Amino acid sequence: MQFLDNLFLNISQVIRNLVGGFLPDWGVEVVMMTVAAAVLVVIAVVTMMFLTWMERKVVGRIQDRLGPNRVGPFGLMQPIADMVKMFIKEDITPREANRWVYNLGPIVVVPPAILALAVIPFGRGLSGADLSIGWLYLAAVASTSVIGIFMAGWGSRNKYALLGAMRAAAQIVSYEIPQVLSVVGVILIAGSLSMQRIVEAQNVWFVFLQPVAFIIFLIASVAEIERSPFDLPEAESEIIAGYHTEYSGLKFGMFFLAEYISTFAVSAIGATMFLGGWRGPVLPGWIWFLAKTYLLVFVVLWLRGTLPRIRVDQLMNFAWKVLVPLALANLLVAGLIAAIINPAETPGFWTFIGFLLGNLLLIAAVVMVGVLRAPEMEASEAAVVGAKGALAGQ
Amino acid sequence: MITQIAFIGIALLTLAGAIGVVLARSVFVSALFLILSFVGVSGIYVLLEAPFLAGVQLLVYVGAVAVLIIFAVMLTRDMMSEETPFLNRQWGCGGVMAAVLFVLLLLIGFIADWPVSSAKPPEDTISALGEALMGKYVLPFEVASVFLLVALIGAIVVARER
Repeated sequence: MQFLDNLFLNISQVIRNLVGGFLPDWGVEVVMMTVAAAVLVVIAVVTMMFLTWMERKVVGRIQDRLGPNRVGPFGLMQPIADMVKMFIKEDITPREANRWVYNLGPIVVVPPAILALAVIPFGRGLSGADLSIGWLYLAAVASTSVIGIFMAGWGSRNKYALLGAMRAAAQIVSYEIPQVLSVVGVILIAGSLSMQRIVEAQNVWFVFLQPVAFIIFLIASVAEIERSPFDLPEAESEIIAGYHTEYSGLKFGMFFLAEYISTFAVSAIGATMFLGGWRGPVLPGWIWFLAKTYLLVFVVLWLRGTLPRIRVDQLMNFAWKVLVPLALANLLVAGLIAAIINPAETPGFWTFIGFLLGNLLLIAAVVMVGVLRAPEMEASEAAVVGAKGALAGQ
Repeated sequence: MITQIAFIGIALLTLAGAIGVVLARSVFVSALFLILSFVGVSGIYVLLEAPFLAGVQLLVYVGAVAVLIIFAVMLTRDMMSEETPFLNRQWGCGGVMAAVLFVLLLLIGFIADWPVSSAKPPEDTISALGEALMGKYVLPFEVASVFLLVALIGAIVVARER
């Protein structure tokens, strides 16, 4: 098991020795970084292919279908068939489009998704770069994903594309805030922004210390990657396909790629931050990591198979009136408890009890507010429906 | 050596972005060039071994300021039009301001002596930064956050439907 656990580290050591024979020190560093980057890109693309298959299988099962089952065993070769199809499709550029912006859009969309993989710890000591600013880096990289979407939406010269881009930007900017805030509670306990250090700090999984933060993170992340029920930017029944309406062939494939890598990336981040990352008994760390990540990926697919799309006003209200205040309250509670019992000094058990109690109080408060305000909410909802009915009646 | 090459590359990228902002005929494309310039500045922070600043630069300037600019452009003017006039009636005023600023920066660049510390950059900048913000500089930090809160509330009051 020790051997399997260190498998990839050993491989990297072998490569290092191999090139170290004939290259100076800085050359070895350059080669090692290039190899790590290439491996991450390959992981990204393979993961994307696997996820497209997995999504169709899982959603198929939820809808009582079989999903892809013609190409290869269990339809496993389906992604390759899709890839070939994408390659040979005609590449269309709308006549009125701004050529540069239109063509650069899909190229700018992918890097933020792949860059996020760089700091994710796939196992003990196994990450592209263990940055000291870990979570800040992830937040910064994720925040740039809007740019490519804007470029695609504006460059296409299509009002549906523009509407989709505006929706996407509003959604990503809004849900970024609860997502970042929810993880601050975790960082408070771990005492570091570095992903590896956060994993090492999890003697008890942080999902048990910060259940509220985990739920906020999960919801905000699904919104960040624009997956159902938050897929308004590409709502096909309203605005065709949103910002990638005009794209075909491999350019469309790039948006596809970015979406699936992001799905994997946020699941991996969730597994790292809340589910103990690569920690676990018996099996090698990277197997634990992948198992936890795919558990979260499955949850994301499950949400898609279960929930209907939400409305724009619900989207914004939910972010600003529910998630942000809740994330702030959670941060306040976590900070108070961390000030009372110093998590770095008190034994794990009391820390665990303290944070869990704080979170349970928070949940109780939220439920109470919900019960108290339920009649009011129903009234406002009825008003919205009534107004719509009046409009439709005209 | 490698740092030098990287610096020259990043500096050229930053400058190219900045020149693009001025020369682009469409406000949207200007905003995109501005993002390129911001990313270049963040790269310079990385070269200076200030990862926290680099991350914040990306998060605040690219993720928030640039997106805000693009939003403003999209909501306030006919953003589909390619042709925005290169100069407007206030070009003289703007030109004078730009020239004064340029001369001022040039003077500062030549007059100031730029001290170079031979000490190694600190290992853990984030906790030092956090302790400074919450300890020695807690008052300015809190004042800044109250300012931001005031601005937020003000924006809501202005934007509220009456």
